[in-house]
Amino acid sequence: MRAVSAVPFYQGAFGKEQAERLLWRAGFGAREGEAEALAQRGLTAAVQSLTRPASQTLVGPDPTDEKGRALQPSTIPGHDHLWWLDRMVRTTAPAVERMTLVWHSWFATSNLGVQSQQLMLNQNELFRQNALGSFGDILNGVTVDPAMLVWLNGNQNVKSHPNENYGREMMELFTLGANRGAYTETDVRENARALTGWRGSVSAGQPFIYDPNQHDTGTKTIFGQSGNFDYHDSCRLCLAHPLHPSYFVLKLWSYFIPVRYDATTLHALTQMYANGNQILPVVEAILTHPLFYEGPRMVKPPVVFNAGLLRMRGEYVNNSVWSSLGQQAGQQLFYPPDVGGWDYTRWLNSATYRSRWFIAALVQGAGKPTDSPTDPSKLWQRSIQFWGFPTVSAQTQALVEAFAKAQLKRGNDPADVETAMRRLIGSSPDLQTA
Amino acid sequence: MSDLDGCRDCNRTEFLRKAIAEAGRGLPGIEPGMPLPAGTGMSRRSFVSRAAGFALAVYGGSKLSSYAFDDGIAQAAADAASSQRVLVSVFLSGGIDSLNVLFPAGEPAYYSLRPTIALSQSSGKPYTEDSRLRWHPAASGIATLHDEGKVSVMPAIGYANSDKSHFTSRHYWEVGATDATLRTGWLGRYVDAVGKPDNPLQGLTLDVALQPAIATAKMPVATLEAADQYGFAPPGIAPHPLEASIIEEAANIGALHAKSPDAGLQTAGSIAFESNQLYQQLASFRWGFSSPVAYPSSTDPFPHRLAGLAAMIAAGLPLGVVAITSPGRFDTHATEAGTLQNGLQLTSDSLLAFQRDLEARGIADRVLIHVWSEFGRRAAENASAGTDHGSAGIGFLIGTKVKGQQIGEFPGVTSGLDGQGNLTPTTDFRAVYGAMLSQWLNTDPTQIIPGIAAYQLPSLLK
Repeated sequence: MRAVSAVPFYQGAFGKEQAERLLWRAGFGAREGEAEALAQRGLTAAVQSLTRPASQTLVGPDPTDEKGRALQPSTIPGHDHLWWLDRMVRTTAPAVERMTLVWHSWFATSNLGVQSQQLMLNQNELFRQNALGSFGDILNGVTVDPAMLVWLNGNQNVKSHPNENYGREMMELFTLGANRGAYTETDVRENARALTGWRGSVSAGQPFIYDPNQHDTGTKTIFGQSGNFDYHDSCRLCLAHPLHPSYFVLKLWSYFIPVRYDATTLHALTQMYANGNQILPVVEAILTHPLFYEGPRMVKPPVVFNAGLLRMRGEYVNNSVWSSLGQQAGQQLFYPPDVGGWDYTRWLNSATYRSRWFIAALVQGAGKPTDSPTDPSKLWQRSIQFWGFPTVSAQTQALVEAFAKAQLKRGNDPADVETAMRRLIGSSPDLQTA
Repeated sequence: MSDLDGCRDCNRTEFLRKAIAEAGRGLPGIEPGMPLPAGTGMSRRSFVSRAAGFALAVYGGSKLSSYAFDDGIAQAAADAASSQRVLVSVFLSGGIDSLNVLFPAGEPAYYSLRPTIALSQSSGKPYTEDSRLRWHPAASGIATLHDEGKVSVMPAIGYANSDKSHFTSRHYWEVGATDATLRTGWLGRYVDAVGKPDNPLQGLTLDVALQPAIATAKMPVATLEAADQYGFAPPGIAPHPLEASIIEEAANIGALHAKSPDAGLQTAGSIAFESNQLYQQLASFRWGFSSPVAYPSSTDPFPHRLAGLAAMIAAGLPLGVVAITSPGRFDTHATEAGTLQNGLQLTSDSLLAFQRDLEARGIADRVLIHVWSEFGRRAAENASAGTDHGSAGIGFLIGTKVKGQQIGEFPGVTSGLDGQGNLTPTTDFRAVYGAMLSQWLNTDPTQIIPGIAAYQLPSLLK
């Protein structure tokens, strides 16, 4: 990819720390030894091992609730969240799963409105199948996806009275962006006409089908072009809009890098994407961009934090507490806050911090060592080993070791001090970010 | 979920309770040697740096001091004695259908525009300030308060050429300007202007996510699900023998990273530190609270959040501006009737209970409630027995101190619609923001609401 791309390419060292960032932002963190092994491959091969995975399977025990029962993701509330969290923990293709999460937030659909976990799971599979493929395939698929049809009233968009809901968000949130001069209110209304004809209902048990009798066959004018447009034309016109590639690049970038790109990067990424609307090359270019490695740390999304801590501990999903904690941490899967998706710049506040504190504490569990040393630096080594040797800043280490020293001096049980140190590491700003 | 932190916290909880109680009697709470007196005008960063330095310093000694705890007492002492006013911002998400909340039963055009979803000419109570209008039966709680002179209705509030996007329009309302790029909320800028570097409760969101209207540039703010949901003992496992020390040390680590040059670490560190401040501030609520009135029973957290809010205000906690989102999904593109009814009923009943609670506690004169939504809905219904995005919508100011007089005319659906069939605004939301800032919060709005000088501010208070 390096030879054909004009996108700036990271030239610095690619060691354990860089590999950790890559695994956290393009996947769900590093199991013990994983970052070191990935670093050995060099940047290009490391990125491609994620974006072009050799296999896509789940490894490890099947997920259960706390009573050991198999999950029922299509029927039991909360099991949908657990089902996906488990995939994040066990997958051999973490970047595919991570991109599926990107599309879930991009085309944010909430089961609060859909009221069918099965339809949500079906939509999830659409995103997974096309996770690193063609954006056009995703757009065409999701436009008539039953969960989306229910969520944004596409199933009630009939020629006699077009419902604008999907037609508007398709332009504003999915392909073009607001306040960019990309479309007018008239375009929204005309687009809604082109999208007419789909129906179906969860509550009434009616199948989701295209009903030609409800489709407006008149001439529509969208972005100055006229024709007897249908939903394929809507998608085609949005994808071909001159302001679509830059919107796509801006939005995709923001999931991976918390600072803005320069004009050279924008131009190169936009060109790259405009040539066929393929997702893979843009993702690979972002994951090898200098700002990915040289820019500031990003707060991990709550489910990424949760899945990653489980992976660091070699644990698997066997408790339904993760669903309610995900909700309290601000990310209940299949229930994004609204059609705009989750705000990746505002994960942390005093309420979600508390829930993440619980997540770290519960991944750690109540276990207690029996042979704790009384030397603070040895206790530190054991505590960092407990979490699979993540990179933690010297500042945090110094405070945690000083804490251990003070607690031991007060006569506290070294085992309690050691488990306290695990807690402090698991919830530290170092592990909240990557 | 139980939030008991066990008895390791009893001593300091008791200590803080006493401190708050004493502060309430007007004792000077700030003693020499406290890490930071409130209101010194230090920036958040310099405060945090000092706090971190202090935290590091005490490790050299034998005593583990809880600096944040001391600050909490100082803050409570400084503010509890005052009769600080509170502004509660209640967001009706999705663009509530104003034309069915206060519906123009007196206009035949209403019935031709809405053949299936119009309310009947005899439903609900008449609205005493405009003979064309009646209250939706589910809004009876607000109507009752209106009859008591405690509600000012804004029947057509919005802004010229309103944006039909939820996100854009909501953003405009949140930042207090028709500016898509502003990242601080209008209430956040108020907190930045008058707030203190050690009091997260001064800008409180009662939710899982920060309400963007309260987003600040430098002052700390709090986000909290409810007053009694801020313990840190992990659910489902035995409390750690060193739980209190772990909680405090996590704040120390946070304070250290709050001065990191890395923006991500800086954010995570600040939040860890501020969360501990909030934890100390809410110590007396960890065992719950009681309410003098009954709130609606619901699985939705809204009534409980309001009940906790009244209790926090009554306890003298240093609250300033508060944001909360009402129950209900008001983006009623389809089968509107039931959805609007349910959301409006619970919202209205809960607000009535909250007002009664404040009155029973004798603190009603300190609280102003502002109810808003990002836009109204189209006057004509669509084919799905719902309504699409419109322009002007409805808002309320509620409280014992409000004038109880309508702000702006209701333009009517006969001749008051724009070219797209949407209600034309008669009041700009920024004018009401400016009036709340100057008249309720005693703050010059010119530094907070861009271009406010161009608006005539309505008179809000008795």
